[in-house]
Amino acid sequence: MYKYDAIDRQLVNERVEQFRDQVSRWQSGELTGDEFRPLRLQNGLYIQRHAPMFRIAVPYGMMNTAQLRKLAYVARTYDRGYGHFTTRHNCQFNWPKVEDCPDILGHLAEVDMHAIQTSGNCIRNITTDQFAGVAADEAIDPRPLAEILRQWSTFHPEFAFLPRKFKIAISGTTEDRAVTWFHDIGLHLQQQNGEIGFRVIVGGGLGRTPIRGQIVREFLPWQHLLTYCEAILRVYNRQGRRDNAYKARIKILVQALGVETFAQLVEEEWAHTKDGPATLTQAEYDRVAAHFTAPTYSAAADDGVYGALQQSDKAFARWLERNTHPHKVAGYAAVTLSLKQHGVAPGDITAEQMELVADLADQYSFGELRISHEQNIILADVRKSDLPEVWLKAKAGGLATPNIGLLTGIICCPGGDFCDLANAKSIPIANAIQARFDDLDYLFDIGEIDLNISGCMNACGHHHVGHIGVLGVDKNESEFYQVTLGGRQGNDAKLGKVIGPSFSAEEMPDVVEKIIKVYLDNRQADACFLDTFDRIGIDPFKNLVYEGRAHGKAKAAQAEAA
Amino acid sequence: MAQLIKNNAVTADTWTTLELAEGETPETVTLPDGDIIFPFAVWQARKAEIISRHKRIGLLLTGDDRVEEVATELDYFIVIAVAFPKFVDGRGYSTASLLRQRYGYQGELRAVGDVLHDQLFFMRRVGFDSYALKDGKDVVYALQAGFSSFSDAYQASTSQPQPYFRRRA
Repeated sequence: MYKYDAIDRQLVNERVEQFRDQVSRWQSGELTGDEFRPLRLQNGLYIQRHAPMFRIAVPYGMMNTAQLRKLAYVARTYDRGYGHFTTRHNCQFNWPKVEDCPDILGHLAEVDMHAIQTSGNCIRNITTDQFAGVAADEAIDPRPLAEILRQWSTFHPEFAFLPRKFKIAISGTTEDRAVTWFHDIGLHLQQQNGEIGFRVIVGGGLGRTPIRGQIVREFLPWQHLLTYCEAILRVYNRQGRRDNAYKARIKILVQALGVETFAQLVEEEWAHTKDGPATLTQAEYDRVAAHFTAPTYSAAADDGVYGALQQSDKAFARWLERNTHPHKVAGYAAVTLSLKQHGVAPGDITAEQMELVADLADQYSFGELRISHEQNIILADVRKSDLPEVWLKAKAGGLATPNIGLLTGIICCPGGDFCDLANAKSIPIANAIQARFDDLDYLFDIGEIDLNISGCMNACGHHHVGHIGVLGVDKNESEFYQVTLGGRQGNDAKLGKVIGPSFSAEEMPDVVEKIIKVYLDNRQADACFLDTFDRIGIDPFKNLVYEGRAHGKAKAAQAEAA
Repeated sequence: MAQLIKNNAVTADTWTTLELAEGETPETVTLPDGDIIFPFAVWQARKAEIISRHKRIGLLLTGDDRVEEVATELDYFIVIAVAFPKFVDGRGYSTASLLRQRYGYQGELRAVGDVLHDQLFFMRRVGFDSYALKDGKDVVYALQAGFSSFSDAYQASTSQPQPYFRRRA
């Protein structure tokens, strides 16, 4: 992975001192709360419900074991012994003290980590596919260009105070695993006539107004990545709405102008800077790409033993099926360590687990790991002959729940237990559903299904693109949950449809169970949930879920009578 | 009065910004003598008159004003003030970038309004060279630390037109 050089390290160290100074000027009253707020947000520091929340960047999800051990140290020293991985390659701590944050940043800087632009109305952490560089279906490794984007977006002087936050995702595979259709800019790496470049998608986003992005340029040669992104951002910075935070994302601008007009403005802007100094050079690409060369793979990585165990041990076989992913090198597999153990907040990881993962990565995966947007950890380069050992050790650490892609492998935001923005709690809903579906045979029978939960319409839990989406809403100061069906990520990404009136927290496990029942009752052969939903539509689900349930006027009348 | 930082020092401000009182319009406002910074709308409405009466002319651009519309007139201005109504309103950074990088404006480029210590580094990067620091803020410390938050930068911008990757040894 990318190793910092002198300039990278210098900038991160200077950031620590800048932030230390900002905190001290805030404490002395020189900076007002309003003046400090955007500054601390651009360093990932929120003042939350119970305590501050501190968001650390894991750029494009890549991490080495020294970094993970440092996160464990921070968790233990400054927090309550655990951290939380988010849907955008970040690690969050929920209980630090504001005055400790400069020191925490100092510790992180020792291992080339930081919290730069993890929040605020600026260019956020660049995200990509968790299997980048090893995926069997990958055309081009997106990581060198993701790193180039990271450097370019870090302290960009023109775009530090945008109308609203700005998220960029980049993907180089046939199957889109980076939710690129729902980012402010989504970049699809591809080849055209032997030339490498991007399809550029703009104006996607989840949140309050979920919109699928639109293509503004079918092919952009890679050398123009920075000048073209600057053109997009300049148009947005100048014309994006600043009068209403809910209408300030670039998606609203693209909708208002129409994608053709928007694309034309970008092209006009770009014409001035195209081929200018910010045009990428082959030398720079090669310099960065040299950090992402393949490790020294072993030719004898598969001794066949794991195959025998797969036959004899059902639990291992299940883990193999759900938690390993095809690798482009024969004899290797990418392993997903599940942070979705039933009963634990999805994405949460203890300091001890971090250290276990670091040990596993050192021993079995070249000392590196990745964080996925599904809030799990990936060991990307594991020899198949090591899989039984990795499984046993991960299992002992509570990291081998074989539920990746299954109903209980839930994506879930921290919700009302922690987050100030939340309308409702989300973790207890996830845990209640996990408890209801605790039987592995049943889970495997149900098969592939994405259940995503967000505690508010900001959609950190990506509920819109869950096959089953759950959104926490606030009705008369009580927590309710709205359910959507049929959403999906990937190339055919689309938004789920709302099934009907919302439910109380207590009803949610029953509701999910009924949805699953409709699917199983209507399943043909081994069609998955999504295919079945596409075939039968939303009505059968509505009918069962709301059967005997008064709603609308009837419900109001009932409430009146009660 | 804001505290004007220019040439790495706190400097007396010789310019006055024309403000329209209630009921005054760009077309009817009395044009005062002296070193005046004219709002964009007044400049647009009274260009010929201003040029004939004033040797030294200043222009005020707010976020909604299109810098393109004065692109061919930049030689008239000794100073262009770019307004930051709130420090989180970042349109002025693009205005400054365009003035310096695209339209080659060489005169004084002044940040006015909600101008604070922690934005100075970015402002200098995009091409500002004078800063009307908000009243009540520590101007001595701003001068000492505000411009030097970082010793270098990755991106191309006005103060360093070559991105870092083109300056690597």
